[in-house]
Amino acid sequence: MAGPTRGFLGRRRERDPRLPPGQYDVGSDWPVLTAEPTPRIAPETWSITVDGRVERPTTWSWDEAHRLPPSEYRGAIHCVTTWSKFDTRFTGVSVDTFLEAARPTPEARFVVATSKTGYTTNLPLADVTGGKAWVVWEFDGRPLPVEHGGPVRLLVPHLYFWKSAKWVTRLTLLTRDQPGFWEENGYHERGDPWREQRYRGD
Amino acid sequence: MAALHGAGARAPSGGWRTATVVGVEHPVPGGVLLRLDVTDRIDHLPGQHYVVRLTAEDGYTAQRSYSAASAPDDPLVELFVERLEDGEVSGYLAEVVEPGDVLEVRGPIGGWFVWDGASPALLVGGGTGVVPLVAMLRTARATGRTDLLRVAVAARTRAGLPYAGELADAGALLALSREAHGIRPAGRLSADELLPLWEPGQTGYVCGSPAFAEALGTVLVERLAFAPSDVRIERFGPSG
Repeated sequence: MAGPTRGFLGRRRERDPRLPPGQYDVGSDWPVLTAEPTPRIAPETWSITVDGRVERPTTWSWDEAHRLPPSEYRGAIHCVTTWSKFDTRFTGVSVDTFLEAARPTPEARFVVATSKTGYTTNLPLADVTGGKAWVVWEFDGRPLPVEHGGPVRLLVPHLYFWKSAKWVTRLTLLTRDQPGFWEENGYHERGDPWREQRYRGD
Repeated sequence: MAALHGAGARAPSGGWRTATVVGVEHPVPGGVLLRLDVTDRIDHLPGQHYVVRLTAEDGYTAQRSYSAASAPDDPLVELFVERLEDGEVSGYLAEVVEPGDVLEVRGPIGGWFVWDGASPALLVGGGTGVVPLVAMLRTARATGRTDLLRVAVAARTRAGLPYAGELADAGALLALSREAHGIRPAGRLSADELLPLWEPGQTGYVCGSPAFAEALGTVLVERLAFAPSDVRIERFGPSG
């Protein structure tokens, strides 16, 4: 890292220990950053499919997904554009629940999440299992707004938020990693905010 | 639905570099234009952005992303920075930076909101969102392919629109919501105004505030019949 920038003081720094390096607290805002037009998806036409390297490829409708055991995430989310948001509350179903039904085969190591828009993002399977990832439809007790991925998005809060694919409709398990949309376009393969894995090569 | 793909691996990508500030201008109120001499620069594609990282004496850092306005053939990288209220980085860049200062920059970055220089495109920008579109226009001028681009930009007033003169000279539609412009009365950029700019095979590029990008992205899809996968959107977050 280079030396100090002449004359730069920065904000007051009572730094919240929940804030990863290079991030700032956006407070009550929730910025919208999306690369494609916002799709309008009626809940009754939405479904989620788990396929690829699984024993039982399975599709759940909106009603079927809502009958699965609910699961909640409370905590922070971190966007690669440097904002973090604390004390969020998302409700949906743990990705573990979908995978238990679909049964990943032993060689499954990675997952690609696909959105209604064609947006994709790739993750190691280990990053979406063990209570670390959700398929969510509520934010703070209300339906997830469409600009934030409603009716349903993926939530992988321990990684930068581009991994939490909006408008998710498919999780495909793979034996080999396959870069998704931003991963193909200059961003990091994994995106751990605590290691500042923002861009390719970090 | 087919997967979305950008320029992907073809998009140039650079690591951290030292940039010497060569020029500082304040062309519009609340904005600063920086001309940077970047060491070991990797040429960007029009539409790509740079990250600027500032470091305080105690090692604290803050970084933000800014689109380049310059064409790849410009010997300098030009960034336009909107000074945001309470903006930690933009405030510093707008008020403290002088020629001769050295900044840390990283780029170019991004492979989606880029123009390939060879395909027809409809460029729609709001306010500071015109910056990456200016890079596309300058690239087209440098290569003699301005015929490929149709441009519409929106702002409250002409005086508040960065690159207003350059955009007007390039034949862009200037839609000003608070004042008349030529024979155009004050008003928001409308779908009817965009329709004549449509041509077959265009990719749509929409850049601006989240509200602007949302509204105009919807117009391109619903009124101009763009396939959603042919519309590339860049939303500016409140990332001071």
